[in-house]
Amino acid sequence: MTLPPCYEPSDDDPHEQPTDPTRRRFLIGSAAATAGLFVAPLMGEAALKSAAQKSAADPNAMPVALNVNGKLHELKLDPRTTLLDALREHLDITGPKKGCDQGACGACTVLVDGRRINSCITLAAMNTGRKITTIEGLAGDQRLLAIQAAFIRNDGFQCGYCTSGQICSAVAVIREGHTKSDEEIRQWMSGNICRCGCYVGIVDAIKEARNVSI
Amino acid sequence: MYPFDFTLVHDAAGAIKSGSRDAAKFIAGGTNLVDLMKCDVERPAHIVDVNALPLATIEQVAGGVRIGALARMADVAQHPIILQNFPMVSQALLESASPQIRNAASIGGNLMQRTRCPYFRELTWTPCNKRNPGSGCSAIEGENRLHAILGTSDACIATHPSDLAVSVAALDAVITLRGPNGERQVAATDFHLLPGSTPNIEHDLKHGELITSVFLPDAPHARHSAYLKIRDRSAYEFALTSAAVGLDISGGTIQSARVALGGVGTKPWRARNAEAILTGQKPSPELFRNAAEGELTKSVSYGQNGFKIELAKRTLVRALTDLAGGAA
Repeated sequence: MTLPPCYEPSDDDPHEQPTDPTRRRFLIGSAAATAGLFVAPLMGEAALKSAAQKSAADPNAMPVALNVNGKLHELKLDPRTTLLDALREHLDITGPKKGCDQGACGACTVLVDGRRINSCITLAAMNTGRKITTIEGLAGDQRLLAIQAAFIRNDGFQCGYCTSGQICSAVAVIREGHTKSDEEIRQWMSGNICRCGCYVGIVDAIKEARNVSI
Repeated sequence: MYPFDFTLVHDAAGAIKSGSRDAAKFIAGGTNLVDLMKCDVERPAHIVDVNALPLATIEQVAGGVRIGALARMADVAQHPIILQNFPMVSQALLESASPQIRNAASIGGNLMQRTRCPYFRELTWTPCNKRNPGSGCSAIEGENRLHAILGTSDACIATHPSDLAVSVAALDAVITLRGPNGERQVAATDFHLLPGSTPNIEHDLKHGELITSVFLPDAPHARHSAYLKIRDRSAYEFALTSAAVGLDISGGTIQSARVALGGVGTKPWRARNAEAILTGQKPSPELFRNAAEGELTKSVSYGQNGFKIELAKRTLVRALTDLAGGAA
């Protein structure tokens, strides 16, 4: 098996395969390409304060409580704020990406009450009380999910911009059971566009991870 | 996006009160409304979130199924009653949009979605009678490959984009609306309106009224039905043409037929001429072609969209042929 260029073997086990690289090791190996997926929780504090100050000054702001990745956030937001902008601009959860900003590309895909949706075309205020999971909240125990490791191993991305949305959608497609054939996977992943054209790798990653419970 | 205030309502009475204010709009999934608000085509002053209303149930009732207006496209498409008794509705939904959008978008909102005509969505404000009444139609002599060939007028040739709406028009669905003066029922075929000289008025829904449910009557032609959609790519695309067909065939004869066309009409196009030609006849390739010819006699080409006339005929013939199976 050829290791992806971003992968660095462990010092204590040089033969370890990237089946389930730890988050930390993966982060070191791929900081430039995909750091945004993982470092946001480490650097949110200061930015959070500035976002809060920004909202407090907005006369139209309304209270919105968002439960994101198991943590409750009490925000004051302009009603126009989409869920995507609330996550990225107010909570510094930058895994969900802004691609088309009109529900066509899937880069902003998150799970709401376990179902995948486009966070760019739902208002944050409509999601009060719902359980929101972003790419940051998928792997809870510092280990990558099987589907995340499978994306690395199968070259399921190149530039990485669509990847967090692809993986959230892939988690949902596996849970939904729409993975019986390449054709079915392609049909049910059609809401996620990859401009690098890594579709073959994405389909392979889903096939590899489809039997692992997530 | 223009500023608005946001109200979460918990019951129908509260929804209608909030929704009756000037420039108020209900929001359910928001997949179409939020998008159009971002391009400033929609500029509501008040957004009324109706998602907390108990209107998401799909249930068997006397004579058919009642689908709550807040049921999501994905849930309706995969519901056992819909799969068994109304397969064309399930197929129409699964051929629509993307899995993410189907998870969010509601049935009521789907029927209310606006056209995909690029001039309607155009940010530089080219003329569009639907968006800006009296300003003119840019599509009639413009880029109109995707536009309508049936039900058009000098004021508008935009298609209705919904697949679901085509299937419910075919199956004699009844839409329940609730407003300040109580409840009323409208046939799905009467709900959407032809553009005529007022393409900005798209449906029979008064300001402040809320779609609460869609009733689909049981029928043999509903149980034996299918939806065929032809589009530029095989997923996540609006229809160039589509056909919703239901046939009750017994004793070698078509006892009843239901046909509606999508992607070709300014409203979901119930094909009553085709139905009349099919009813009482033995299924055959010639009959199906005659039905298609009969329905498309009044179709109009605007240049780029002329190909849709033959494509619509072939779409209908193929849908009927596949559904009739060995009977044709």
